[in-house]
Amino acid sequence: MNKKVLRIYFPLFALPTLIAFIIGFLVPFGMGIYLSFCKFTTVNDAEWVGMRNFKDIFADKDFIHALWYTALFAVVSVITINVFGFAIAMLLTKGIRGTNIFRTVFFMPNLIGGIVLGYIWQLILNGILANFDKTLTYSATNGFWGMIILMNWQQIGYMMIIYIAGIQNVPGELLEAARIDGATNGQVLTKVILPMVMPSITICTFLTLTNSFKLFDQNLALTNGAPSNKSELLALNIYNTFYGRAGYEGVGQAKAVVFFFIVGAIAVAQLFFTHRKEVQQ
Amino acid sequence: MAVYRPTTLQKGDELPPEIAKLVKESARKKAGGDSSRKSPYSGLWSILLSLISVIYVIPIILVFVNSFKRKAYINKSPFTLPTEKTIVDPLFNNYTSGMEKIGFVSAFGNSLLITVGSVIVIILCTSMCGWYITRVNSVFSKCMYYLCVFSMIVPFQMVMFTLAKTADTLKLGNPIGIIVVYLGFGAGLAVFMFCGFAKSIPIEIEEAAMIDGCNPVQTYFQVVMPILKPTCISVAILEAMWIWNDYLLPSLVLDKTKYKTIPIAIQYLKGGFGSVDMGAMMAMLVLAIVPIIIFYLVCQKYIIEGVVSGAVKG
Repeated sequence: MNKKVLRIYFPLFALPTLIAFIIGFLVPFGMGIYLSFCKFTTVNDAEWVGMRNFKDIFADKDFIHALWYTALFAVVSVITINVFGFAIAMLLTKGIRGTNIFRTVFFMPNLIGGIVLGYIWQLILNGILANFDKTLTYSATNGFWGMIILMNWQQIGYMMIIYIAGIQNVPGELLEAARIDGATNGQVLTKVILPMVMPSITICTFLTLTNSFKLFDQNLALTNGAPSNKSELLALNIYNTFYGRAGYEGVGQAKAVVFFFIVGAIAVAQLFFTHRKEVQQ
Repeated sequence: MAVYRPTTLQKGDELPPEIAKLVKESARKKAGGDSSRKSPYSGLWSILLSLISVIYVIPIILVFVNSFKRKAYINKSPFTLPTEKTIVDPLFNNYTSGMEKIGFVSAFGNSLLITVGSVIVIILCTSMCGWYITRVNSVFSKCMYYLCVFSMIVPFQMVMFTLAKTADTLKLGNPIGIIVVYLGFGAGLAVFMFCGFAKSIPIEIEEAAMIDGCNPVQTYFQVVMPILKPTCISVAILEAMWIWNDYLLPSLVLDKTKYKTIPIAIQYLKGGFGSVDMGAMMAMLVLAIVPIIIFYLVCQKYIIEGVVSGAVKG
């Protein structure tokens, strides 16, 4: 390919995306980093205050609570979603009749948006809890399990699709060889199938982990942080700091920077660790 | 002395029963794929999967049923069918009043315009950009590539406030302007996927087109783009799922007094009127879900393939 000829066409091929990328990502990101060291209400009256915003974060009890609440939520939802998703994927690769219909049904909730999902489950869970004279917003624990159920319902199908693709890629000869060597079903699963689908496991844990950390819509619709911000996840906490408390925009931006580093660190660490467990085919 | 018998079988020959069984078995294995692994509990698993399917469908049916009850009875008894006492009169009252309250038709139009517009613009711009980055391969284009990868792990809350201000300054708070914002924030994933695929296109094909007298634009639209089509479909599905359901970005960027999308309209129903009108809420949830389900059932094959190939690349 003639690179020089192609370069002349830069304004047509790459410039539109580049400009939008600058407007939609680079400028806000750069400003965000800068503003986390400032006190401001709109962007124009920013005043440098150094590390004060970051000090304020750790004095904020709600934020610390949201941090632990989110971490716990992420751990529980990653485990449940992946275990159920993998189990259903195993069942659906057994050649049972109606596999296609089951797959269609299980995937469906993914296409429904977080806000809509939140209100659907609010109706159901409140209806069930009403039998015990409680509501979803009665305690943070109720909200926690409500969100776990909601996330499972939404995401199991998505992960199942990825696991099915992974399981179908396991060569039949390998399974046959294992059976001839006298492996039990459990051994085939743990010694052959699991190592071979490790790439899918990497992807699915990565997706579920980042999704749970970044969860916002479902949290907003289902509990909106009630009771008294105790069921608030990190993303909602940051949102409320920005738009719920006047004068705290700088702190909100500093929280967002901390949030970014947490999500980034988790993503990198998780990819690094699970990648090492993958086997070459 | 035994008579010599040819061992090759002719068509129509009777096979010894044990061999016939083996042949049948192997034919079944070939046709059924995994059926050799079929477990003896297959019936049991079917029942279990059917039960789980019911759990999956019930919430949606429940919302549908409740959308025909009077609002006072929805929270009290969400799990019963509407009776003569609890049913709304006229039957579609919840739907009409809800649509009026939140301006559902215009919200639907806005959602449709934003989603379709953004997806088309994203596909066109980022596929060109991804191909350009892969083929030019300079320091600058590599920087762009890594910035795109980097942008994928940045959570939206990080840029939320400043993005809203930037969009406001540039007057992007309308359904057309927000397309630029979506192109910018959605570019990371799309460029990443297109780069990954463009690398695997043999360069000889493009060189042949160039020798035949195509300029880069012709080469791109007549040779490269058709090859990129499967990736285009994956990217389109992933971005469309995100944009159609997105609440936070449009609620911050759009001028909310003039434009609403469906998620914003539904949230508005909750926040805008003090006590929530559950009847209207249920009806609007149904209206929000139905188009997606129809779309899903029609394009199911592409959606599932798109998710798989998107996940493998991502």
